[in-house]
Amino acid sequence: MPEPIHPLAVSAYTVTSALGHGLDDHRHALHSARSGLRANDFSSAPLACWIGRVEGVEGTALPDAFASWECRNNRLAWLGLNQDGFVDRVRAARESYGASRIALVLGTSTASIGATEEAYRRLDADGRMPADLRRPAIHAPHSLVAFVAEALGLEGPALTLSTACSSSAKVFASAERMIRLGLVDAAVVGGVDTLCDSVLFGFNALELVSPEPCRPFDRRRCGISIGEAAGFALLERADAHPSAPRLLGYGESSDAHHMSTPHPEGLGAELALRDALARAGLDAAQVDYINLHGTASLKNDEVEAALVARAFPASTRASSTKAFTGHTLGAAGILEAAFALLAIEHGLVPGNLGCSDPDPACGPQFAWYNEHRRIDVALSNSFGFGGNNACLAFGRVVA
Amino acid sequence: MSPLQVYVGGVGLWSPQLANFAALRAWLAGSPMPSPAARPPAATLPANERRRAPESVLLAVEVAGQAVAMSGRQASELACVFSSAHGDQAITDYMCETLAREPSGLSPTRFHNSVHNAPAGYWTIATGCHAPSAAVCGGQLAIVGAGLLEAAMQALADQRAVLLVCSDIAGAGPLGEMTDSTQAFGCALVLTPHPGPRSLARLNLTLAPKQAPTSSTSSPIPMAWHDANATAKAALPLLLLLAGHGTHYNLATADMLGLDIHWESAA
Repeated sequence: MPEPIHPLAVSAYTVTSALGHGLDDHRHALHSARSGLRANDFSSAPLACWIGRVEGVEGTALPDAFASWECRNNRLAWLGLNQDGFVDRVRAARESYGASRIALVLGTSTASIGATEEAYRRLDADGRMPADLRRPAIHAPHSLVAFVAEALGLEGPALTLSTACSSSAKVFASAERMIRLGLVDAAVVGGVDTLCDSVLFGFNALELVSPEPCRPFDRRRCGISIGEAAGFALLERADAHPSAPRLLGYGESSDAHHMSTPHPEGLGAELALRDALARAGLDAAQVDYINLHGTASLKNDEVEAALVARAFPASTRASSTKAFTGHTLGAAGILEAAFALLAIEHGLVPGNLGCSDPDPACGPQFAWYNEHRRIDVALSNSFGFGGNNACLAFGRVVA
Repeated sequence: MSPLQVYVGGVGLWSPQLANFAALRAWLAGSPMPSPAARPPAATLPANERRRAPESVLLAVEVAGQAVAMSGRQASELACVFSSAHGDQAITDYMCETLAREPSGLSPTRFHNSVHNAPAGYWTIATGCHAPSAAVCGGQLAIVGAGLLEAAMQALADQRAVLLVCSDIAGAGPLGEMTDSTQAFGCALVLTPHPGPRSLARLNLTLAPKQAPTSSTSSPIPMAWHDANATAKAALPLLLLLAGHGTHYNLATADMLGLDIHWESAA
């Protein structure tokens, strides 16, 4: 088991998803149990499903200086960066530490592949990409990080993590290591993934997409609803921000089982959980809330419900928020980290929207409706293709 | 910042010209070099997986298997970091072409093989590895430096051995014009926080301003090998260090940041 880490301050954070732009929109939607899902009006060909589409991405132009980065994913990144005063918080950190002393670690599963898809729909007479899309940097998985580094003026280590749906959870682990080893003094972490044909038709080909809004942990659930989101957090040493919420720990593991289905006994998920608790120096009984991966796929929910039932007491509350936002894939880690942080900050356990008839595997830990209670420690689970698991632990500073 | 020190316990290498690290050393010593197989053998994969796996996975698994074998360590015990500038470009080309023509005809297998962490997934499944696995990407010039930094961080922060795999395959279709990849190249290192009986070298790593890349004309190996793809360009000078050519290399690790690498004998 790993050694406990020194907690880090989450000195600023923000998210943008189908629920709205910035933290207030998310908090209000959770309070009123309002889903952001809508009937699919995005894919280039019809596909009967529901999606979590962010309002206003099309109208968000990048400033002229960043025109070469133009694409839906980077527009969503820009929209997300400009909420909750996040850019100003990063500017202040840059002025205090220096641009090369701040790392940038972002997760994404498909980056700006939507632009590559568009180029293939508009090939010219010679079979080449159209001139306006002949921009190599947006056809690479690093497009998001390269753009955000430029937009925030950061000159430190810059890393893309792309482990499918655990991507933007693992960024916290990478950033913590860099800060602990003294490579940097702070890190901007987060993730952005946007709707695109690749994921809509890809998950559909795997028969994992639900024709109705997703119903996490419902006995009759029939697959995921895909969404898009952007989220960012600023991590600094705890002494710089004595009262900011804390990153207490993280755990990472591999299932070693199958490319697209989870380990049937949740072996990897449990290893990530135990690892996160050990790094945080916590017992399972000290966990007040778990934001579950809870995609509404048959296997994920079955395995995850069993893990919660065997690892936690009834006093721990658990829910999936995927029916609010859809599964935002590589951005799910940061989006749901924000839900965990909001739970701590506002004492709100979001109810597990979309479930009317719980799967019998679900234990008494499940919060089917909103609950108002003090949350000192909250976890967030993120599991991805390839059996890639991450668990994050956040907490408040207890005087 | 005092230098980060990691030890190299094993090296893997595969390109259409070089079957392994020994072939590079032989070539540098002026010996004749056997031609590698037409595709990476990837013997670590079970036969049925080897038939199904895409080229990006075969390449990554081949070099990973070589490095782990040389290190004498158990693959299942190693955390792993897989870096690639473009992932499986052949699959991306297939997906974008199919989506433009007949989106509902997309192959489910090719879709799940398209994730950037497909090599990490196949590798951990084949070796029964439950340790953390990451798939990362950096800027074109920084692709190897970003992966090396992440792997070294893991080795030092968690005091464990880490497998680093850096690989890219050739570009395909209209995407190929954007990725500047003309042929496959992969390499792998096993990094440890402490020296072991099989350690080849100690690397002292320090963040420093990025230097302009030195001209590959001064390299003892053919320009065409360097120019194969982004990973080859950044990794070959590092492999030359490990083969005993030179003692210092400034490897880009981000847009403006370099990683100063000083090589020392492990003894």
